[in-house]
Amino acid sequence: MVENERVATEDVVRIAELANLELTAAETARMQRDLNSILDYVTQLNELETSSVEPMAQVSDVLGAGAENARPALREDRVMPCLDRQRVMASAPETDGTFFKVPKVIER
Amino acid sequence: MTTKISAVKLPSINELVEGIAKGTTSAVEAARLCFRRIDEEDATIHSFLSIDRERAMARAAEIDANATTGEALPMLAGIPMGIKDVLVVDGMPATAGSKILEGYQPPYTATAVRKLIDAGAVLLGKLNCDEFAMGSSNENSAYGPVRNPYDTERVPGGSSGGSAAAVAAGMAVATLGSDTGGSIRQPASFCGVVGVLPTYGRVSRYGLVAFASSLDRVGPFAATVLDAAKVLGVVAGHDPMDATSSTEPVPDYLAEIDKGVAGMRLGVPPEYFGEGLDPEVRAAVEATIERLKQAGAEIVPVSLPHTRYAVPTYYVIATAEASANLARFDGVRYGYRAPNTQTLAGMYHCSREGGFGAEVKRRILLGTYVLSAGYYDAYYRKAQQVRRLLTEDFLKAFDKVDAILTPTAPTSAFKLGEKTDNPMEMYLADIYTVTANLAGICGASVPCGESRAGLPIGIQILGKHFGESAVFRVGHAVERL
Repeated sequence: MVENERVATEDVVRIAELANLELTAAETARMQRDLNSILDYVTQLNELETSSVEPMAQVSDVLGAGAENARPALREDRVMPCLDRQRVMASAPETDGTFFKVPKVIER
Repeated sequence: MTTKISAVKLPSINELVEGIAKGTTSAVEAARLCFRRIDEEDATIHSFLSIDRERAMARAAEIDANATTGEALPMLAGIPMGIKDVLVVDGMPATAGSKILEGYQPPYTATAVRKLIDAGAVLLGKLNCDEFAMGSSNENSAYGPVRNPYDTERVPGGSSGGSAAAVAAGMAVATLGSDTGGSIRQPASFCGVVGVLPTYGRVSRYGLVAFASSLDRVGPFAATVLDAAKVLGVVAGHDPMDATSSTEPVPDYLAEIDKGVAGMRLGVPPEYFGEGLDPEVRAAVEATIERLKQAGAEIVPVSLPHTRYAVPTYYVIATAEASANLARFDGVRYGYRAPNTQTLAGMYHCSREGGFGAEVKRRILLGTYVLSAGYYDAYYRKAQQVRRLLTEDFLKAFDKVDAILTPTAPTSAFKLGEKTDNPMEMYLADIYTVTANLAGICGASVPCGESRAGLPIGIQILGKHFGESAVFRVGHAVERL
């Protein structure tokens, strides 16, 4: 972990772009302050030597043999009824009844 | 001004189901009682975001009609319940406490809720919460905060603040909440009710608005451990619609619940009684542990040495997963779409900017940052490694003990606005609860005392993976000390 790393304004702008968020200038400043404060706190994880520790993504990673039932169980791969299209489209911001409509994607 | 709302005690699940079967009370009467409480108090408390009076009363009448035929009633027949607004129910709005889902009418029902309905529960409505379950005070709800029934100037805890307050105020006999870092246990502690964090995979998350998928759980609130155990027994179990739900058989949680703690080994970790713990909370929890000892439990010191790293680990992992899960809110399929945008990217950006609140944006940004190129190993991978160390602490401890006892939260309920300016300070409200989510173990918060100001204090009982029966047995004993 980079000890003296500070999140700069341009970092906040870059992350916001990656996250599809459009922040106001005031929000950008506030987020920069908060991210730095939280990440400063997170750097205490560096106190721990973890080079030989396997990352744990899921609880099932640590429940070894004998915990067969704790592992994810996939259902059989077969066709089943799906949600009713009309009901799904009823909640869409814009639809032609069959498809979701969005602003033009390709410029001519 | 400090205001406590009038106390009312609703009947227990047993009393209601038996009364309805015998005809001494009715499901309609129970639902009316709850709606009367909601009408009287919820303008102040604000625990419900929507109510469904018409369907609830029709359902209650249906249960009463079944009761007169003399057929055996299901487990939760006629029990008035509320559902945290992060679980979808066909026919009810689902907001997740966010403007971005305002007006959304989900076309399906979450499995946990489906099981309640099949067991005869009467659904009153949807309960207020922090936006996308992100918060520890319920002040992040886009629809306004919930207030604590014990002192309306104070928060009910979060994120399932509405679920806890509704039970505390006698507006529902039991409720469902969700817990990603303490969101069931901490509000249960603040509101003086029982809240249960089931083991990871114990309850289906199909139909739960996802926050952090390796941490999220669905669990019950009730006035007593017995009632909470009953509700968990109904909602637990494998669901083909949730690949992370476990096929581990669901035991009868009531079978040994009143066996007492004599002969049980209960662990007490010093790491949960250090700096930052309010003296009144410490005193109440330590007194409870002492009484459990007198009741025959063997109190065993256990060490959970990585505890102090839990909050930073949690906020890296939870925000990383949240940034991915919340990518789906883009103004295309449901919810808010910003008007008058010219391009697809512009529509995404403006819809998310206008639809999400500040805390949600903060967490999406943090999660995006820790997953971004150049930072992934330093933050996300590091946090996953520490997560394993934290989990191994618990696995070692549970070799020696049947359950672990800690405070649920470092303080009793704090005042509205007290921590809203400082996200770090708010995150520390979860210091004793995030560990169980990271490790996948189960737990509960059970009331164990009150502060001098009359605010509830909860004791946290942690159990090993699928060790809910031991947690309930200890919790039931705590209520009887």
